[in-house]
Formats: sequence, structure tokens, C-alpha cells
Amino acid sequence: MGLEMTGMELKAEILLPGHAVAGVCLALTAPISFWGGVDPASGAIIDARHPERGRNVAGRILALPGTIGSSSASAVLLELVHAGRAPTALLMDAPDAILLLGLVVAREMGWSTPPAFRLPAADQKALADRRVAISAQGVISVE
Amino acid sequence: MLELTSDERAVADGGAGHGAAMAMRIVAEAARLMGAPRLIPIASAHIDGALYHGDSGTLFAENLVAGGARVGVRASLNVGSLAPAGCAAIRLAAHERDMARRMMRAYEAMGCEPSWTCAPYQAGHRPAQGSDVAWGESNAVAFCNSVLGARTNRYGDFLDIACAISARAPDYGLHRPENRVATLLIDVGSLSRALRSSDVFYPVLGTILGRRAGSDVAVLEGLQGCTTEDRLKALGAAAASAGGVGLFHVAGVTPEAPDVATALGGAAPRETSVLTPNDIAAALAQLSTAGATGRVDAVAIGSPHLSLAEIEALDTLMAGRKLKVPLYANTGRHVVGPLEAQGRRTALEAAGVVFVVDTCVVVTPILPELENAVLMTNSGKFAHYAPGNTGYAVTYGSLAECVESAVAGRLVREPWAWK
Repeated sequence: MGLEMTGMELKAEILLPGHAVAGVCLALTAPISFWGGVDPASGAIIDARHPERGRNVAGRILALPGTIGSSSASAVLLELVHAGRAPTALLMDAPDAILLLGLVVAREMGWSTPPAFRLPAADQKALADRRVAISAQGVISVE
Repeated sequence: MLELTSDERAVADGGAGHGAAMAMRIVAEAARLMGAPRLIPIASAHIDGALYHGDSGTLFAENLVAGGARVGVRASLNVGSLAPAGCAAIRLAAHERDMARRMMRAYEAMGCEPSWTCAPYQAGHRPAQGSDVAWGESNAVAFCNSVLGARTNRYGDFLDIACAISARAPDYGLHRPENRVATLLIDVGSLSRALRSSDVFYPVLGTILGRRAGSDVAVLEGLQGCTTEDRLKALGAAAASAGGVGLFHVAGVTPEAPDVATALGGAAPRETSVLTPNDIAAALAQLSTAGATGRVDAVAIGSPHLSLAEIEALDTLMAGRKLKVPLYANTGRHVVGPLEAQGRRTALEAAGVVFVVDTCVVVTPILPELENAVLMTNSGKFAHYAPGNTGYAVTYGSLAECVESAVAGRLVREPWAWK
């Protein structure tokens, strides 16, 4: 649930609220572990076995078809926010509480925090490399 | 839907100070994201969040301290990035060293115990069976759930300290009895008793357990009379690094498994595996990455941190001989304290043992930077993490093989039947 097709628009469930955002979507094609998979200083994908290795999550609408749980994933995401290298928004097939905790803590620190939404992996594919806008209510439109 | 009590809401709204409010809101947000209906009181915490990954973690801890936060339950600390009580040199740059030191001080300032060990359960922190706790560090979580029978999920950075301050945890996962029932059965009874009663078997078995169970709960059958606490420690550590294992049962050994049927909750297992010598050989081969080489540049033991009994075994095997390559003995203050009191630390160091205390060789840069270097270890967890974190290839072997190799300065194997 959490999604309905409305013409060129998708409606995603809000996991962590935020301002309206826009940007190019980086839709990963495989699950990723933030710990060991994303460089906390630059946002580059560094997992040698990941298909999107070498691309950068900073400033992108990052669509995650899955996450590989590591208890330090939240620390990597908090470090990305602090370094100004976080994604503009997160779209997650399933909410990963440990990863999202990095954003919860960033918000508590008073740092500008990207919103997070739930969007099924099948719907993420259509957004790959497109410029998309997401309203504060979770309405996703492709520009 | 998450419901907080009026007391919890009052704390989250700032009634107990800014730091306590932050902690309660973080626990509540985690509970909401996990789908937990309520928070539950906890008896203790083990904090993995004081390991430096970047400046933001230090700033978070200092923000809690500035907000007057104090832990509300007993909270031990896992390893840090520095070794105030150890002798090994740590190659961290000045900024990182400073931020890591500030982070460690902040956690101590909140009232956490300066235990600095990944084996808190051998440093006097043993929660009662059936009690709810919030522990971090995957091997400590596995031991706490499986061997002690206390109840914890795998608490990671930030949530561990937030739970310790608020004395609450989200009610979900392994806190709930219905999620502690085994669904997988792994039978090792057809392997030889000699193998099942050897230390070197347990990290290999743990690797298989981690791969087969993932984050599901398994019960192991066929280990009655074969285990020691240090073997269960090695089993859990390997299982938690090869998979997401937070809880396992050993029939006739661990507290929630008087027998297989009880561990399975009276139901049939979803899957049964009977391990053969071929399974063991395959897992054993995966633990080494160095290939067919006799080279050994260093030996590392103690992941999880060595117990006093494991140091005794090392001392006996060394038998007064000098080592040609350094042997890094990773342990905690709870072990080096008694060793120093007995005057034994100096003798071991003179023979070539390097004590790594409060930290370990895979979480902070200690091993010298060498080309094509090989690390020998008897730890499944070191075997798993050393290649990625240190750049050393790994050769896995028994403690006796580790010691003989360190004495000889090259790989020495014992004749050994893995059946």
C-alpha cells in the first residue's frame, strides 16, 4: 500500500516528513549496505560488487530497492548529512529503521534532513535517471 | 500504532532535560518505524556507539552530554578507536584521534562504564535470564540472547545510548517470546566427538550457522557435553559476522533449549540440515583468503576479546618460547588487570605478545602497512573482517597452529582430521 497511480504522479507513504524536494533520481538496481557500501565523506558508492559502484548518492533522489542491515548504517547516513553529501530524499521499498535512525538523529541535531518515503521497488524503476519532484505530502511527479 | 505512557511523553517533551528528551524521542521514532506498539523497560545496555566513524557521532554524544543526559540503567561500553590501557601503537591522524578521544570521554561522562570490551559478559555484565536489555555489538547480542537467555535485538549506533538514557526499548523482535522460537534445526551429531570437542571447530560451525540461518533462529543438536563458554562465544561471534544471527539455541546446553522440541516450540522445523564432513571442509576453506602460502606476517587472536582462560591456554602453548612474528592479543581491562597483578603481562610481552586493550586490530589501524601481508588467526570474526578492514589476507587455524606459526615465523599446520 502507500502508492496509487494518478496519471504521471505516484503517491508515496511518508516515513519521515520534510520539505518538498526536486532532483534527479538515482534508482539502485540491487540492495546496498550503507556501512562499507557508501563512502561517508563523499557519498560515492564504494561496494566493489554493487552494480552502481562509482555513482554518488549526494544530492540525488535515492531509490533503494532494498538495504542490507548493518548496525552502523545509521552512522554513515548521519555522517553524510553532516558532510553535506546526503541524498535529497530517500525512497525505500521497505522501511529500514536502523538506516532511517541516521535521519532521526540528524533532525534532533538540528541539521537539515532529507525526507524519506516508502515506494515499492517496481515503481522506483520508472524514476531512474529522471528529474522528479516530491511534495511534502509524498506526491511524486516526473518532470 | 505506538502509544507512549504519560511519563514517557513528559520526558520526550523535555520534562527531564534536553538530553533525556532527545533520547526518548529517538527511541520512540525507532519504535514507530519498526512498528512496535509500545516501549518496554530495560535492565541494562551495552553500547557499541562509542567507536569513531566520523565527526557527527562525536557531536551527537557531546550534544547529549550538554543536554544533561545520564544513563538510566547499567551501561557497559564496547571497544573504542583508541587504547588508553593498551600498549599497541595506533596509526590515527591527529584530528581523528582527537575526535575519537572526545567521543570516548562523552560516553564516559554520561555514566557508561569504561569497560571498553566486546566481551562484557566476561567482564561481570551478565543480565538475568528473561530480562529485557538493549545491547549492541553483534557477538555480544548473540551471547546475551543465546547463552544468557536475556532478551535483546541488535541495537546499533545512537539507538543503544538512547535506550540506555531512557531505560526503554521498542517492544518488538527478540524481546517477544514468540520470536525466540527456533524454526531451523542443524544436526551436528554425525561429526566425530573429537571435532565437536575442539576449540577450532566452533568458528567454522558459526560460519555455517550464519550462512544458513541469516537472521532466523536455529537450534543446534549434538553438542551436549562438548561446549565451553569460550566455544559458545566463538560460535556466536562467527555466526553474527557471517549472517544476521541474533539468537541461536544449543539443545541441552543453552537456557531456552533443554531439548530440541522445546527450542522449536513443539512445532516441526521449517528446515533441517544434517552437517557432514564435506560441509565442514567447505566452510573451513572459506575462512582463509590467503591461499597456498606459508607466509605469516602477524598473528591476531581475541575477537571476541580473550578471556583469562584463553590467555592461560596461550601461555601454556608458548611454553616460554620467543615469537618470531608479533602475536596481537586483543582483550579488555578485565583480563589485563589480573594479568598485571600476577606479574605475567611483562613476561608475555617480552616473548613477543602485543596486548591490544580497549580496542582491536580490525576496528582501528594497528597492524603495520605491508604489501601482500598475511594475518593468521583462530577467530572466525577476524577471518571475516580482517581482509576488508586491514588489507591483510587471512589464514585460519587453531590456537596451537597460531602459536607454532608465530614461533617459527611461517605457517605450521598440525596433523588434524576435520571429521
